[in-house]
Amino acid sequence: MMRLIGRRLLISILILFLVSILVFVATLLLPGDPARAILGQQATPERLAALREQMGLTDPVWLRYLHWFGGLFVGDLGTSTSAGAPVTEVIGARIGNSLVLMVIAAVIAVPVGLVVGTYSALRRGKATDHVFTGISLVLAALPEFVVGIILITLFSTTVFAILPSVTMAAPGHPVWEVPSQLVLPILTLVLVVTPYMVRMMRATMIEVLDSGWVEMARLKGVPERQVIMRHAVPHALGTVAQVIAMQLAWLAGGIVVVEFLFRYPGVGAAMVDAVTNRDVQVVQALSLLIAGVYVVVNLLADVVGIVTNPKLRREESR
Amino acid sequence: MIGTETKTQTIQETKAPPGLLRRMLAQRQGKIGVVLAGVVVLVAFLGPVLMTLITGYTSTEFVGRPFQHDGVFGTDNLGRDILSRFLDGGLQLVIYAALATLLGMALGAAAGMLAAYQGGWLDGIIMRGNDVLLAIPQLVFALLAITVLGPQGWVLVVVIGITHAPRIARVARSATLAVITEDYVAAAQMYAVPRWKILLREVLPNITGPLMVELGLRMTYSIGAIASLSFLGLGLQPPTADWGLMINENRIALIIQPWGVVLPVLAIAVLTVGTNLITDSLARASAHLNVKDTK
Repeated sequence: MMRLIGRRLLISILILFLVSILVFVATLLLPGDPARAILGQQATPERLAALREQMGLTDPVWLRYLHWFGGLFVGDLGTSTSAGAPVTEVIGARIGNSLVLMVIAAVIAVPVGLVVGTYSALRRGKATDHVFTGISLVLAALPEFVVGIILITLFSTTVFAILPSVTMAAPGHPVWEVPSQLVLPILTLVLVVTPYMVRMMRATMIEVLDSGWVEMARLKGVPERQVIMRHAVPHALGTVAQVIAMQLAWLAGGIVVVEFLFRYPGVGAAMVDAVTNRDVQVVQALSLLIAGVYVVVNLLADVVGIVTNPKLRREESR
Repeated sequence: MIGTETKTQTIQETKAPPGLLRRMLAQRQGKIGVVLAGVVVLVAFLGPVLMTLITGYTSTEFVGRPFQHDGVFGTDNLGRDILSRFLDGGLQLVIYAALATLLGMALGAAAGMLAAYQGGWLDGIIMRGNDVLLAIPQLVFALLAITVLGPQGWVLVVVIGITHAPRIARVARSATLAVITEDYVAAAQMYAVPRWKILLREVLPNITGPLMVELGLRMTYSIGAIASLSFLGLGLQPPTADWGLMINENRIALIIQPWGVVLPVLAIAVLTVGTNLITDSLARASAHLNVKDTK
């Protein structure tokens, strides 16, 4: 089992390495000269040449890549062209803000998804099951900004005006000082992520509840409550863990639109700004950061899959 | 994001049961989905033609002051007629989403089928390449491409198509693996039928079930992705009328003039819910090949 996990870890590192090459090469294709972009059209050729030298643009491509890649490990991500400051300064404080959003959304979504899915499976074919299945089918189809706009219309503007739709953070104050402004962004993320968990949990639980050993447990007189909590649910979790992790990994990309919508000062909104301003260094850094979170969560999913799979567990003792 | 049941389905059609589409339409859910998506697609296609007949204005014409209540649904942030912009705003979204989906299907199905059929090092390279592409969230990949190439129509189509391809390739690969052990493939191989012909004539027709489910799923995501990018201001550019863009332009005045946001939100929501219902019933239709199972 440890060998499997180690192998999976190596693959993840390799993938991240390849992604970094992909991200770097993509920005090489950018038309235009970064030195001119910084100095403007009136720059003298001498100054342009000097800045190019200083930025290392005259070096061969592989050297520039190594320089950039090496910088990642010492926290040097280059300079933001639009802000004129180091990239780490531009995005540093925002990482925490985004993590708050993602972690709270995950902490709410996972139990809700599992409970609703299990409940739906237990009431299979009844009215409540149909309602939950219908709602999750509709929610699963909606793009995240549509969900967000509907929530804004309902809770902060047209219908009820009870929650703020825009995040206002005074510089130097953390966003969670005003908890009410976190509600709508988190609710949006939860509503987008949960439906898949519900559907997967429901489908898996139905399969599990129909299996022979659940019937066996019931026949030998195990109380129904225990059949579900001790026998059925743990078995279903292994299968559903993968879907949960995929959904949580999706959060890494999903925050982009949601943060932009609520003007939340996080990594996603910074990404949109950077793309709008063609701020290459920031786009590079954020793409890699988001891809990193994505890969790590997927890795965790596979580890959970390996650990919960009894067939693989046995391999260890062999 | 994999939503619908994507179990590998082996296709074992014996006495030619009704086609997949017929079985999909036999379900109530499928019918509702087709109606919902159909209505929005109809609006998207007829809107640009009917726009001037209904409102008397084109989608980029200034008719008055911003956020007024003239006309049927009032004016938008620049004083353009909201109904005109709504009617004109769906066509590009639908066409781009369809093109992106088809591109992804073509690339993904080809790569998946080839990987499964050929096996060996080619399989390894294709599937590892997939893993790398899958390590970047779809939207981030699109943003990266837009930074480099600029927000243009073809960039949206190509980049969304490419990000779909690895996901489709996985499905195509596992479906193909189940098919290539069949006797008719072995027979074709014995007659020395060229590889591409085997893949097109023997394999492809037998994996349409899972591929159709994937087509519906990817269409839903394509619509969402392209509308999201336009909403971020990085997809279709002003002054084009577009639903995603309209939402971005008019959301500042949600309180005084909600129609500029409500109409496009409604259209996108109905469209994606429709395609998702179709996908769901397609998944059921291809899972239960027995007609009696479809209620």
